[in-house]
Amino acid sequence: MNSDPTAVIIGGSHAASQLITSLRQQGWDGRILVISDEKQLPYHRPPLSKTYLSGEKTPENLLIRKPAAYEKLDVEWRLNTHVESIDRKNKVVVLDNGELLNYNKLALCTGARVKKLAIAGADLPGIHYLRNLSDAEAIKKDIKHGGRAVIIGGGYIGLETAALLRKMGMAVDVLVHSSRVLRRVTAGPVSDFFTRIHTEEGVQIHTREKPDSFEGDKKVESVICASGKRFLTDLVIIGIGVIPNTELAEACGLSVDDGIVVDEFCATEEDRDIVAAGDCARHPDSIYNRFLRLESVANATEQAISAAATMCGKIKPYSAVPWFWSDQYDLKLQMVGLNDDYDQVIIRGDIENSRSFVAWYFLNGKLVAADCVNRLQEFRLAQQMLKNGINPGPEELAEDGLEVRQLLELIK
Amino acid sequence: MPLITYIDHKGNAFEADVPVGDSVMQGAVDNMIDGIIGECGGACACATCHCIVEDAWFEKTGPASDDEKLMLEMSSEMQDNSRLSCQIEVTEDLDGLVVHMPQSQY
Repeated sequence: MNSDPTAVIIGGSHAASQLITSLRQQGWDGRILVISDEKQLPYHRPPLSKTYLSGEKTPENLLIRKPAAYEKLDVEWRLNTHVESIDRKNKVVVLDNGELLNYNKLALCTGARVKKLAIAGADLPGIHYLRNLSDAEAIKKDIKHGGRAVIIGGGYIGLETAALLRKMGMAVDVLVHSSRVLRRVTAGPVSDFFTRIHTEEGVQIHTREKPDSFEGDKKVESVICASGKRFLTDLVIIGIGVIPNTELAEACGLSVDDGIVVDEFCATEEDRDIVAAGDCARHPDSIYNRFLRLESVANATEQAISAAATMCGKIKPYSAVPWFWSDQYDLKLQMVGLNDDYDQVIIRGDIENSRSFVAWYFLNGKLVAADCVNRLQEFRLAQQMLKNGINPGPEELAEDGLEVRQLLELIK
Repeated sequence: MPLITYIDHKGNAFEADVPVGDSVMQGAVDNMIDGIIGECGGACACATCHCIVEDAWFEKTGPASDDEKLMLEMSSEMQDNSRLSCQIEVTEDLDGLVVHMPQSQY
């Protein structure tokens, strides 16, 4: 019987990988046990829809840390393993094979799972989602030069895979339920920009199309929409969002509200020995003054650092300006801040004809977010402005406003 | 395996054996070396892996690419020898490489 204090981590992705390292850095010298339902050690997920699908990266390249790095950190792995429940009273994690694992500190890094489309024919071969390495591997097998692909969903996953499949020689139709792509995450002019680029690259974007059923003999052959339109295809990728994995938390009496509710130290309200980090966690944000659940690598990494401190009995509040990135064709899109509430958008650059611009978002005259396309410098500036509360006005940030050099002076 | 020395802003040195083909950023991440974060995993998107290559080695690592330069110019700690460490691939030639990590990444 091993009596060392034990930190158990449920989940094995970005947050877990950082948490392991941070626990050791912050002085945890007990056991670290990671339970993951994945078959692999933690890997970078963003490339799955980008350089992994295109074949530039191998599964080995995707690993966040090498196996040897975890050996040095003395980590015990239970891969391909499912947790059945958490017994908070006895501080025990119950596996689905009935095995009991004691913990002193528990981290929930359970992530999120894809939303499924429940329509006729949805289980036909050739219909894919994209979240895990195994999803990406299955998609790769169905990619064929000269074939047809239908992408359902006009979010990042949809547009990134559309760009990739197009580059790999497929005819691509993107079906978007709403009136524009990226509707949930960006302003109208930016949506129009992405529609223009995809159209220029030969992707067909169809808005206000709602898939009603899939048809095919042995595998998917067509998508039939509510409008009556039929799209022939060899491959379907569905990217319509994710659902946080909160069931284990909820079942053991922790607060859940579209995410496991934590404080700024990533601890759950009901149990200071349990933390949550990553896509599954909802935290109070000190910059935007409300609770947020973010789906990004940066969020998972930063929360894990804070969560590890809490597990070690230290205090390290989580406070970060959210940021995300997406690569499509020759576009590097970097978004910083939160743009779900704004009353003014200023465009810097020629959004209608070029492939480089910034959309600055303001609320009551205050800068709240920026979408940068091939504008690496403005992205870095925006990060620092938002982090430090530096607030140039719309005139300064417009195309004919201050130059980058002058803006840099503002933040120094 | 090439040995790389990472020196933090206080002058503390950390040595790591980094496999050929890995990036200098990955070497730091795999060896729990603070000061190189590498949030985007090497996509040249986040500039959290800024390092300053020691003079004697700068010829061997080569200068920053255009994209790297654009990102680095926005850092107050940018120097002539600045690179994003995710964009430096470790080769046998880089055995002994010394890089410095800026204060802002702590």
